[in-house]
Amino acid sequence: MNVVFIVAGLMAIAGVLGVILAKQPVYQVISTVFSFLGLAALYLSLQSEFLAVIQLIVYGGAIMILFLFVIALLSARKDPVEKDVGQLTRPKLLGYSVGGALLVMLAIVGLFGHEGRLDWAQVPADFGQVKAFGYQLLTTNVFPFEVLAFILMVAVIGVMILVGRHRA
Amino acid sequence: MDIWMTLLMLVVKALVLAISVTLAVAVFLLFMRKVLGYFAYRVGPVKVGPWGVLQPIADVIKMLFKEDIIPVQADPLIYRLSPIIAFFCALGVWVVIPWAPRGSFWSSMSDPNAGVLVMLAIAAMGVYGVALGGWASQNKYGLLGSMRATAQMISYELAMAASLLGVILWTGSVSMFDIVDKQREVINLFPQFLGFLVFYTASLAEAAWTPFDLPEGETELVGGYHTDYGGMRFGLFYLTELTHAVNSAVLTTTFYLGGYNPWFGLTMIPGFVWFLIKVALLVFVLYWIKCTFPRFRYDRLMVFGWKVLLPVAALNLVGTAIYVALWA
Repeated sequence: MNVVFIVAGLMAIAGVLGVILAKQPVYQVISTVFSFLGLAALYLSLQSEFLAVIQLIVYGGAIMILFLFVIALLSARKDPVEKDVGQLTRPKLLGYSVGGALLVMLAIVGLFGHEGRLDWAQVPADFGQVKAFGYQLLTTNVFPFEVLAFILMVAVIGVMILVGRHRA
Repeated sequence: MDIWMTLLMLVVKALVLAISVTLAVAVFLLFMRKVLGYFAYRVGPVKVGPWGVLQPIADVIKMLFKEDIIPVQADPLIYRLSPIIAFFCALGVWVVIPWAPRGSFWSSMSDPNAGVLVMLAIAAMGVYGVALGGWASQNKYGLLGSMRATAQMISYELAMAASLLGVILWTGSVSMFDIVDKQREVINLFPQFLGFLVFYTASLAEAAWTPFDLPEGETELVGGYHTDYGGMRFGLFYLTELTHAVNSAVLTTTFYLGGYNPWFGLTMIPGFVWFLIKVALLVFVLYWIKCTFPRFRYDRLMVFGWKVLLPVAALNLVGTAIYVALWA
């Protein structure tokens, strides 16, 4: 399990690094998808089968394709017109400090967060599988689930209103 | 030691699977050319080998020996990568297909609990091959073609998944083996007829098969995402499309025709053979469709996907849900 964890974690980190470092937007999209693959493998190693597959279907398959769609259409040429993007220094400094703070916080959680938590063996056998996940979603957490559905519905209706008004 | 043995067996199984799928696609191609020929009062390929049997192999050899050209303006890395992604994902769908009743080593590559979802996830990733292929060749026709193909595949994937929800609800499980085993008495074709219609149509569109073959509409649309591809790279895209077509037959067999379950109580024929018989039946239907229907217009295609197939799939889902909640 540790090997899977290390490989998948490295995949995810490499993908995210690619997003930051790659020059071309399309490469950034591909790195994002790569890191999503790593994330899905991480979920699998944590016994969350359903979450892993959904990560691939929703984020890897649907959302990133839309990103790719927009980016490929907007910057259809391989070398985009605006080339000198990386010349601002102060945002860079800000970014490093915020990133550093985040890293410290994550390190604190990672190093000391496990005290008094559940151990591996205490997770039930069907944890994270479709049936158990769905049961939890529609019994224990049905209210957040419905609220989320409502929020998504509002977003869809908002888009309909915006586009419809534009066309009329 | 044990884990290495398991790993080795997995690799062997994967190799056998990949090779047999590729061979199956070659057979599919040969019969496609023969049957399409007969439909058009021609004889199809006859020159290479007896009855033209070696024609697919000859095609592959020809493609392999073509000069490997990469357009100057293309993005070399993604140009090389996208056919591989596309083919890999088309092949990946076979990982979860059950060939024979549960239990035997060869009955399927793997049996994940969320089999249908894994299948959908792999199919969803396959869109990248098409989307990136058109972009990487840095050609306006290629880009437009890939946009067209991507939009089509995403839209119909939705209808496909929505129609599968009916099957999942009917079975009460997302495992492929459970879905096939549920059809021992009655195949899903009858209780899920609406869902079957939607699924079959959507799987044709996923495969860019005939009424939906705009991605390869050469005469009026200048091909599509593979316009700038040549040699074996084009061959890989072509192979991907054929694999998708075979996938359509295989998935329809698994979800709606009962997979390896025997029909008419003929249990002396082994399950694997029944599986092949059903797939062959559907493959013939594919050829039949290919030489019968004309191509959709693009806007009609989108309207059909979103305003006809998706509502029908939703209707099927609601009907199934009501039935399962009240009587099952």
